[in-house]
Amino acid sequence: MIALLARDLRLAVRAGGGFGLGLSFFLIVIVLIPFGVGPETGLLGRIAPGVLWVAALLACLLSLDRMFALDFEDGSLDLLVTSPLPLEGIITVKAVAHWLTTGLPLVAAAPVFALLMNLPGHGYFALVLSLLIGTPALSVIGAFGAALTVGIKRGGLLLSLLVLPLYVPTLIFGAEVARRGAESQPYTSPLLLLAGISFAALALLPMASAAVLRVNLR
Amino acid sequence: MELQVDKLCVARGGLAVLRDVSFSVKPGQALVLRGPNGIGKTTLLRTLAGLQPALSGQVSLAFDDMAYAAHVDGIKTTLTVKENLLFWSHVFGTKTIDPAVEAFALADLLDKPAGLLSAGQKRRLGLARLMVTGRAVWILDEPTVSLDQTAVALFGRVIEGHLAGGGLAILATHIDLGLSNALSLELGAYRAVSSLQDDFDEAFL
Repeated sequence: MIALLARDLRLAVRAGGGFGLGLSFFLIVIVLIPFGVGPETGLLGRIAPGVLWVAALLACLLSLDRMFALDFEDGSLDLLVTSPLPLEGIITVKAVAHWLTTGLPLVAAAPVFALLMNLPGHGYFALVLSLLIGTPALSVIGAFGAALTVGIKRGGLLLSLLVLPLYVPTLIFGAEVARRGAESQPYTSPLLLLAGISFAALALLPMASAAVLRVNLR
Repeated sequence: MELQVDKLCVARGGLAVLRDVSFSVKPGQALVLRGPNGIGKTTLLRTLAGLQPALSGQVSLAFDDMAYAAHVDGIKTTLTVKENLLFWSHVFGTKTIDPAVEAFALADLLDKPAGLLSAGQKRRLGLARLMVTGRAVWILDEPTVSLDQTAVALFGRVIEGHLAGGGLAILATHIDLGLSNALSLELGAYRAVSSLQDDFDEAFL
């Protein structure tokens, strides 16, 4: 398991691995928003939590189709499935690797991007906390979508269509935590619901992903 | 450790391709599958490796004893040869990659990124993975594709060594590897008279 995680991280940072792709995309979206809505700082500050969450979600989506497709194409997915590692474990490790290379950098960079969006000063902690707790769910749900579309040529678009609706609950509660934080309201209950979504996804979806992957490999 | 396959039926895309395939392979023996393209050699091998379920029939050994090598090698081009092999040895929990490196003459290539290897060298790396798995039954699908004559001879000796150590091998190949203890199975006799499966929904999955 550790070896698989190490391999996936190593592949991500080597040439063509796509590390930093999501982060750059996140940056570009956030930079574009003020051009679109105009330089009104009050308005930007108000929409900042929602915009940051939508941008993080799209950035996560960008690298999802690589999760299994690359291993499928070069045959290593077949070999991993026949290895002693349980398939559910393989999927969890791949989702964790995706989170470490996509989700975690987003969490770390969010305060800087929030500055670009003129987020009120007391909202930073809630934003980072909501992303930290919410982005693992994005990776795990994404792994399910990637497993569903693994055998399909150019399945990336289909993957987005399948996965984005599944992201809605995470987005609602994540953005709600960030919004309440920015408005200095208590945000415990949406935060707990967000954590619930993350843990439920982490506990249940690897089983479902393993089942669809087995069907797809036949 | 004998592999017995009893009345195995395998399907591709929901349609049965081979019916009632039965054979047994003893430790130290190799079985060569023969038959024209499309007869179902790959399907049979994937079923034996546990990648797809059989329609019916029994296989005496568990999937944990099988090491599968397909048409594609499962090589990561941005990792070096050594990193590729070490990864599989960690996954399969085996101690060393040295015998595999030696047997397939990969020592000079160890620190090269796998993307820079030629097709034949990649193939050798892919087959070296079999030795790293430490599993008893090798399931080989066209293992000699893109190997030159020297490498084919090399690979023949590796299989002989594996068989001499009590291992088994099942291979689909059109080339004579010069194996001394090889059985041959003509799959043409088992061709399924195709009809839709009973489990009709399954065909749409």
